Amino acid sequence: MNDILAGFGEALRLIATGDAELFEIIALSLRVSGFALIISVIIGVPLGTLLGLVRVPGRGAITVGLYTGMGLPPVVVGLFVYLMLSRSGPFGPLGWLFTPKAMIVAQTIIALPLVTGLTLTAVQAVDPALRVQVRSLGATALQEAWAVIIEARIGVVAAIVAAFGGIISEVGAVMLVGGNIAGKTRVLTTSIVLNTRQGEFALAIALGVILLALAFIANIALLKLQGKS
Amino acid sequence: MIYQLDSLRHTYAGRTVLDIDRLEVRAGEILALVGPSGAGKSTLLRLLNFLETPAAGSITFKGQRITNGQVPLDLRRQITTVFQRPVLQRASVEANAGYGLRLRGIKPDGQVGSILERVGLAEFAQQPARSLSGGEMQRVALARALVIRPAVLLLDEPTANLDPYNVGLIEEIIRGHNAEHGTTAILVTHNIFQARRLAHRTGLMLGGKLVELADTEQFFTAPSDPRTSAFVRGEMVY
Repeated sequence: MNDILAGFGEALRLIATGDAELFEIIALSLRVSGFALIISVIIGVPLGTLLGLVRVPGRGAITVGLYTGMGLPPVVVGLFVYLMLSRSGPFGPLGWLFTPKAMIVAQTIIALPLVTGLTLTAVQAVDPALRVQVRSLGATALQEAWAVIIEARIGVVAAIVAAFGGIISEVGAVMLVGGNIAGKTRVLTTSIVLNTRQGEFALAIALGVILLALAFIANIALLKLQGKS
Repeated sequence: MIYQLDSLRHTYAGRTVLDIDRLEVRAGEILALVGPSGAGKSTLLRLLNFLETPAAGSITFKGQRITNGQVPLDLRRQITTVFQRPVLQRASVEANAGYGLRLRGIKPDGQVGSILERVGLAEFAQQPARSLSGGEMQRVALARALVIRPAVLLLDEPTANLDPYNVGLIEEIIRGHNAEHGTTAILVTHNIFQARRLAHRTGLMLGGKLVELADTEQFFTAPSDPRTSAFVRGEMVY
């Protein structure tokens, strides 16, 4: 109990004093997960919408693949990306291993099935009669797709928030491909692991509180958006 | 003539659901189609709105013959349908009513307010459309259809689930819009009394075929086909 209270106290102290290392870790966490999320949204929302609206060949197999991807263990993704980016891997010459770029790649692979799969589900849940009605009012194919996305927006936003929550809090992938290097690839989750191993429980709890706060803020934003809808 | 249908056939899962040799719809008329469920009335409306491509035959709309389902957008946008179940978007009454204008890139200039006044919903303009009653939602759907000033208004049992007040109000709006703007209206209804009240001509459909089409008074008082007589008398017709 004392450790937990000390952790809260330490979190407040670090934030209030603007601790440089802490803010560097938070900034890197948000940068890595932010870029991964943006890439996943740019690819995943249109892809999920397309799969939800159009009968493409192999849609069933793609959907199964997506749902499987949603349950991929992050550490397995990390292993895969590590092997691809290692010196003996096909993308070794890029020199991305143990850099934030590798972490972004790994987190994109984790987030993309989540964004795509949950968008697909949200789009499929839209009343099919809406598409007919919208077409009847003179919508083009693009306008029709946009109308469906707007109608499914709560589900799409939930997909994005779920993906963000998933990647900001994962540790396996970023640990493997980032290496938890101070000042370079150390993020909130890998810092928590490091500090816990070193017995720095207060600091670990402080970082955990901040991580929870980020997830909380994301969910508040989702609730507000749902409320506006 | 606004529509001319020639040898129009449509099938679902190999079953012929529509088989009309010839049908001409006059510009500016209100044409009612009556008949039992499964007669092909709604299918015909979907084809007239170019929501589906017929299995065979052609539809000529405003002199342009459409055979392969490739309908120019400017032509397609002159037709719209009000369905039995109003499907409104997660938005305000005003936003829903003005949706068709936004699709066309038209900035509303009081038209939405006017049409909402016309359908008696001006005071609900900023309310979420889905919070309205069924009859009110159907009036929003009608407003949404009318504000774009379509050349053709297709109505697929628009008052099927409504109370007498909303039925009367919607009929009055359809009649008024037709008189004021010359909008051609094709109305599918199970309510033969509604057809008699509204339509200039009425047609009976059975088994995908157009059995009889006549001026409404003649349809109801002196039909030429015995099946029409039986239907008008309220007998089951197969």
